[in-house]
Amino acid sequence: MKEKPFGYRKSHSEPGPGDGGRTGSWRVRRPVIDLEKCIPAKRNKPACFTCWVFCPDNVISRTIPPVIDYQYCKGCEICAEECPAHAITMVDETIFIKE
Amino acid sequence: MASKTTILTLPEDELVHPGNRACAGCGLSIAYRIGLKALGRDTILVVPPSCLTVLQGLYPIAATQLPCLNVTFASTAAGATGVLGALRALGNTSTTVAAWAGDGGTSDIGIQALSGACERGEDFIFFCYDNEAYMNTGVQRSGTTPQGAITTTTPFSGKRQQKKDVPAIIAAHGIGYVATASASYPLDLFDKIKKAKTISGPRYIHIHIPCPAGWGFDPRYTVKIGRMAVESGLFDLYEIENGKWRLTGASRKLIAGKRRPVKDYLETQSRFKGLSEKRIDKIQKEVDTKWEGYAQAMSVKRDQDGPEPE
Amino acid sequence: MHIIESGNVAAAHGVKLARAQVIAAYPITPQTPLTEKLSEFVEAGEMKAQYIPVESEHSALSVCIAASSTGARAFTATSANGLLYMVEQLHWAAGARLPIVMCVVNRGIGAPWTVWNDHQDAMSQRDAGWIQIYCADHQQIIDTVIQAYYLAETVSIPVMVCYDGYILSHTYMPFELTDPEKIDAFLPPYKPAYALDPAHPANLNTVTLPDIRPDIRGHMAPGYMEIRHDLHVDLRRAIGVTADIDEKFSAAFGRGGNPFLEPYRCDDADVIAVCLGSLSYQLRDVVDALRNEGIAVGVAGVRLYRPFPDQAVVDLLAGRKAVIVFEKALSYGNQGALYGDIKAALYPCTDRPAAHNYILGLGGREIQTSQLLEALRTSCKTPDAIGDDPVWLGLKM
Repeated sequence: MKEKPFGYRKSHSEPGPGDGGRTGSWRVRRPVIDLEKCIPAKRNKPACFTCWVFCPDNVISRTIPPVIDYQYCKGCEICAEECPAHAITMVDETIFIKE
Repeated sequence: MASKTTILTLPEDELVHPGNRACAGCGLSIAYRIGLKALGRDTILVVPPSCLTVLQGLYPIAATQLPCLNVTFASTAAGATGVLGALRALGNTSTTVAAWAGDGGTSDIGIQALSGACERGEDFIFFCYDNEAYMNTGVQRSGTTPQGAITTTTPFSGKRQQKKDVPAIIAAHGIGYVATASASYPLDLFDKIKKAKTISGPRYIHIHIPCPAGWGFDPRYTVKIGRMAVESGLFDLYEIENGKWRLTGASRKLIAGKRRPVKDYLETQSRFKGLSEKRIDKIQKEVDTKWEGYAQAMSVKRDQDGPEPE
Repeated sequence: MHIIESGNVAAAHGVKLARAQVIAAYPITPQTPLTEKLSEFVEAGEMKAQYIPVESEHSALSVCIAASSTGARAFTATSANGLLYMVEQLHWAAGARLPIVMCVVNRGIGAPWTVWNDHQDAMSQRDAGWIQIYCADHQQIIDTVIQAYYLAETVSIPVMVCYDGYILSHTYMPFELTDPEKIDAFLPPYKPAYALDPAHPANLNTVTLPDIRPDIRGHMAPGYMEIRHDLHVDLRRAIGVTADIDEKFSAAFGRGGNPFLEPYRCDDADVIAVCLGSLSYQLRDVVDALRNEGIAVGVAGVRLYRPFPDQAVVDLLAGRKAVIVFEKALSYGNQGALYGDIKAALYPCTDRPAAHNYILGLGGREIQTSQLLEALRTSCKTPDAIGDDPVWLGLKM
């Protein structure tokens, strides 16, 4: 049997999402964006993006409109609190259970 | 002078993966994510045991997209020194070396190595992310825990001692750039890192990090509470560039504007629930005195140097 | 060419010939002249290295760990309490599989304070997962430092090169200073399997779980225990590699040949004395005197101590009447550390010798050849009389 190289296995981690698993399962309520209030959505051009800046987990895309990745959104509600247009409301997860 | 970054001019490149183990609403997550945008991909990180260790992921998955050396608790600045030494030996003078340590890893157990590295003039950027306790191990008091705060090792009467003024200690080493920043003011933080990148030698940035789990508030208010710390004049945004001190951003606006009462900030967090009215008044007076001092220093400066540029 | 210099300077020349790239050091007696010499080499431009005067020994090894992780050949040196100050980093470097070389100029540890030689410092760290090699003279010091890098970089395990404080570090002996070109032909530049690199990001040595776990591609990645097991397996394999490198060095430079144990008059010996470091050469005078009295005794100096060359120990000692272990350290509350290792190696042998243990020289207590003579003569003449407990030589009160 060929001998393994010396030190071939080390604790070297590679970049990738989901180290904490599907962190969307942490949520009790999920943020929902009202596109009629959302500033970049209304103007149809890059604007505001406050939710994108303040999301601790990088799950809101800097797109028109911003899109939330519910696989990883932890439901911290910072986006809802900081949105200057009050376009984000927190909705109970139980409503989405069938998804 | 470089123009200020706005949300729309922030780089879009994301250097941190989602689905990591940081708490929901973690202030460090915000500061770290924006901080890495400013540092860019040609960076090597050095990180001691701390919340960031966990945020960055457990083997074999890394939430961070930068190469990172995990080091022992006391050795962050020495680790950064070693990375720099090797890069110089290998002829690489462009890669940025950035250390990110918590308040304990910077100012308690880590202070010896940091002081040595500053004295030697090592060419790194050292970030202290200050959530004001040993949060990763469960909210034990640290040198930067504010007076009166309840922690798991000051469980009833709150911390007796003052918050250690770490930026002042580091500034006393005479390094080229010392700055304070806050997770609630990411654009100010971004611009300070960008400026730091143009300066050589040791650079130190002390970031105030609201911590919902450790300070006792709903994660929804992480950014708001960090803002209140600055608005009340308790935590000040400033920079010291080649020995010249100036307030920045929202703190700068407070010179002419009105400070929020410290009570507003203190009553948002259960860690301060033990503070009596008398204590809160004392804190308010301390903040008032500090700001009177700022006003005096700045008027002396104005007399000497003329008005400051915007 | 031959020069006459101190053991510390011999080590410094070894580091220079090995072309270490990052040197971090903190002063501690009796190591200081080594690092002073290195700083002279670097400042005079004779050595192209980064010399970093750190603010503590803990930082010295931290700098080496970081530099080695970034792809540079790193070196530090220390003694006694300095070694103890960096202990968590010692274990870190081994677990991180970094090919750092460190000289430990052996000195007793406090409390109480001592600056003089014994082996307690390195001995207290024999379980850290480093390779430990002991030198008996200046030629071995300079040659071992060079071979240490070859060994470390082959097996990805850090190497501790030990030599006696004052007895070797500060005394002067002639030794060969090999031509740098010849050393370059022997020791290639450091080429790590991985070095910190923004083009290939990895997160090194973060929290590693008790259990195995899938990586980003869905393949199972090892847990902490597998990684530590690998260290042990590779340490055992390093025994063979040490011999291979010694053979290669001997072929190139005509020196060496005893990578595990350095025997003297052992072939027909009934009794063999065993020890670490320069003491083995002092014991040669004792062996010669006893041979003149008609006693068939020899001495073997242990060179490779960790990983423990148990097969070489069995090959040398099985079938003898007695093995007499002299040591300048012990496992407190039990027995001599080397003594325990030797007995353990001999345990499976049906023809294992009687074993005696002498503790001596702690805190630099003078070791008189006459004391050694009397002790070894007694042990040779009555191998079964002396019990298992260590006998302390040289106590005065």
